[in-house]
Amino acid sequence: MSEKENILARIREALKIQAPPPGLHADIPAHPASAHPADSARQWLPPVGNDFNDWVALFAKNAAELKADFQLLNSASEMRQALVRLRAAEGWKRAACHSGPLTDAICPMLDIPLLRTDRPYDIHALEACDVGISECDALVAQTGSVLVTSRSAGGRALSVLPPHHVVLAQREQLLPDLSAAYDLVKKKYADNYPSMISFITGPSRTGDIERILVLGAHGPKKLTVLCL
Amino acid sequence: MTITLFIPCFVDALFPRAGISVVQILERLGHKVVCPEEIACCGQPAFNSGYWDESRAVAVNVLARLKDAETVVIVSGSCGAMVKKFYPQLFANTPQAELAKQVSARIWEFSDFLVTQLGVTDLGARFPAKVTFHDGCHGLRELGIKKQPRALLAKVRDLQLVEMSEAETCCGFGGTFAAKFPAISTAMGEVKCASAIETGADYIVSNDLSCLMHQQGLLNRQGSKLKTIHLAEVLAQQ
Amino acid sequence: MSTFASQFTKQAQRMTRDLRHRRLIRTALRNYEVVRDQRRAAFQDWPAARQAAAETKWEAINHLDRHLVEFADQLAARGTKVHWASTGTQARDIILGIVREKKARSIIKSKAMTSEEIHLNEALEQAGFEVVESDLGEFIVQLRHEPPYHIVFPAMHLTRGEISELFARELKSAPTNEPEELTMIARRVLRKKYITADIGITGANFAVAETGMISITENEGNARLTAALPKVMISLLGIEKILPRLEDLALFLPMLAVSGTGQPLTCYNTLYGGPRQPGEADGPEEFHVVLLDNRRTELLADAEQRDALHCIRCGACLNVCPIFRNVGGYTYGTTYSGPIGSVITPHLRGLQDWKHLSAASSLCGACTETCPVKIDLHHHLLQNRRNAARQKPSFFERLAHRAFAVIANRPALWSIGKKLGRLAQPLQRLIQGTVLDPARAWTKTRDLPPLAKESFKDWWRKRS
Repeated sequence: MSEKENILARIREALKIQAPPPGLHADIPAHPASAHPADSARQWLPPVGNDFNDWVALFAKNAAELKADFQLLNSASEMRQALVRLRAAEGWKRAACHSGPLTDAICPMLDIPLLRTDRPYDIHALEACDVGISECDALVAQTGSVLVTSRSAGGRALSVLPPHHVVLAQREQLLPDLSAAYDLVKKKYADNYPSMISFITGPSRTGDIERILVLGAHGPKKLTVLCL
Repeated sequence: MTITLFIPCFVDALFPRAGISVVQILERLGHKVVCPEEIACCGQPAFNSGYWDESRAVAVNVLARLKDAETVVIVSGSCGAMVKKFYPQLFANTPQAELAKQVSARIWEFSDFLVTQLGVTDLGARFPAKVTFHDGCHGLRELGIKKQPRALLAKVRDLQLVEMSEAETCCGFGGTFAAKFPAISTAMGEVKCASAIETGADYIVSNDLSCLMHQQGLLNRQGSKLKTIHLAEVLAQQ
Repeated sequence: MSTFASQFTKQAQRMTRDLRHRRLIRTALRNYEVVRDQRRAAFQDWPAARQAAAETKWEAINHLDRHLVEFADQLAARGTKVHWASTGTQARDIILGIVREKKARSIIKSKAMTSEEIHLNEALEQAGFEVVESDLGEFIVQLRHEPPYHIVFPAMHLTRGEISELFARELKSAPTNEPEELTMIARRVLRKKYITADIGITGANFAVAETGMISITENEGNARLTAALPKVMISLLGIEKILPRLEDLALFLPMLAVSGTGQPLTCYNTLYGGPRQPGEADGPEEFHVVLLDNRRTELLADAEQRDALHCIRCGACLNVCPIFRNVGGYTYGTTYSGPIGSVITPHLRGLQDWKHLSAASSLCGACTETCPVKIDLHHHLLQNRRNAARQKPSFFERLAHRAFAVIANRPALWSIGKKLGRLAQPLQRLIQGTVLDPARAWTKTRDLPPLAKESFKDWWRKRS
């Protein structure tokens, strides 16, 4: 028997005896066990509001707390200007990006060498970039998160290796909560999932030294979300 | 009604005044109090140590004496939890299983009994002092006792209640734990006592004398003036 | 007493006397408590969320075989190599085998408590491979040749001064008192390692059965880099990490973050379902998932305590435990500390050798109260004590409990016992605190209360 079969056999043997139902030792009465207990997560997690305005406000509030820069823009040209301003303020010399409707329209305006990470690239070249610019699959209001995948955001390293990550997003991508985001992932990618799917919630951080918050532990120190 | 009083072993031997106070309070409220002599202990020490046969040897006597009691009041959160929450487990799959469930349904910790069963909070008591309340863990987490003592203390004239930051933190008594792991038990007690001293209170009040015994022992050794007193003794003062 | 038990007692005595250490831990945990309470209060219904999490994990663990098979099949369909390890030794051998086959020169690791459990780093280093921990806290304790102090906060016991000295000594960096500068020093060192590592080894927080993906929760981005840059990625996880469906994460990720660190969500929550897929320009060419049993199936077979496998390793129970706060993480002497460690270690490493961890608790129940998946932790400690006593009762302890039962059940004996006690008390005071004192465990640090001259039963008898 392979180890797989050994382990599965031990599990099946163990599960012949029923375990007591969950949570009944505590005073709070058990909810009637539904087919999918976590389906009502939306009802218990922090409230997200009812409409787009609520969600935008919530995303903006979360972004501020996370020290992520969130800018709501009204046109592609405003987005271009915002990116050019950033380039000047941050002193970017080299950028990395992938091909997409927004990135294709906007990144060339930066007028600096662009490394494409959606075709074979040299990791040292990416390491030398000052900024990684990507699109995203969704913005999540509840948590202030950006949803990226290895297929839709230029691979695995673009959104985490350069010290600044800029996200080009569109209003329609704003979702209320994580449940909606997982729904989207399933609908968009069922049967052909990208190998990496990631929720990015603010710039990289650590509290490992005396529980003091420091940004830019290994991932980007700065996160900017430009939303059309 | 006729109330059967269960006086735990350490209350009987070390802190009888708390038991006496309970009798006074219940009689003032117009109830008849009986106290079966034959019960000395709920069986928790053996139970907590894992010797459940030996614990049953003590507990089966308790069940026998309380079989016909209409209502039982016990002067301790931890002993109350033992009978109310753990007797059904201890006697599961034994001939006393049903009896254990019945007795468990009829026993109440003292403050819980007054507030939730009798609906009484004002006992006409007066206790002019600043006090802080220690929540014994078993009473708090096994029996859900948090509001009841505070509701009772709120009605005591001239009493000032100040909450300590570590009110719900275990003081480190834990029964045999205090003797088996004295260093840890003492450290936990130090944290509790420091938090109580910080409130500037004259007394630590609790519904669990085993906890208070441990805290007072530490306070005395520290030379502190802070005193400990059972809730019933406070409520019995007029 | 097992050697582990006596080591525990000695270490506990040492640590409880270290007031500086106790203060440091309490400050760290006090801050955690404040944010955790805020985040819990932001939930519309935290108790309902807990119950749903408990039920979801119950479903996962009580159908574990089915979910594991689905998980493995989905992963394999995307080109992942799935390995099954019954023991820690097998898991180490599997990973060593991969590392040797790839002729790796440098390995980068992100946080994995299961790798601590099987002593993976030692095995790799003994075989001549360089392993670098990339999580800042893990990196720090690795430089100190120490295991992690806490399952979520590996370097919680260290001050910035100690870390600065450590970096100056081991990395030749300039001393500094700024956490930001210390972090940047580590970032620079580790950045080189990510780029040159041949193999990345990660753990996993969850294993989604439905879609065949592991989920990794982190704040630093080191796991993201470990999973992005090296050519080979190996993920090691316990079989109990299973969650049935993808959307279960919508509940579990926030609950893990709130309970673990007091955050609404951690910075990176990432699903990995395979090696680089067609059309992806980076990512590992090979992805291995190693599923570890290591006696988890024994805990599974103990139906009474099976819910201990629901644990999502958030560390909340450690944070609220007054024993943990006073003795610290190292005193436990084993991978998993705190209440969850005290419950599962007797199962994973042997009941008689490790029962002392289940004994070293006042059973206050703070752990059970805080657990986001409602594991009945403190009652399991009681059950372990019962199981240990049944398996191998202590002659003297059982005798003492039997003797007490005899006395307690007979009013006449009980009365005599009290009278004898009153007579003996003045004598006890003479030898109090000395080796002769039978109550020395108590009286070393505390005064004993005097036996009452008139006991309650005496008073009651008089007035009847």
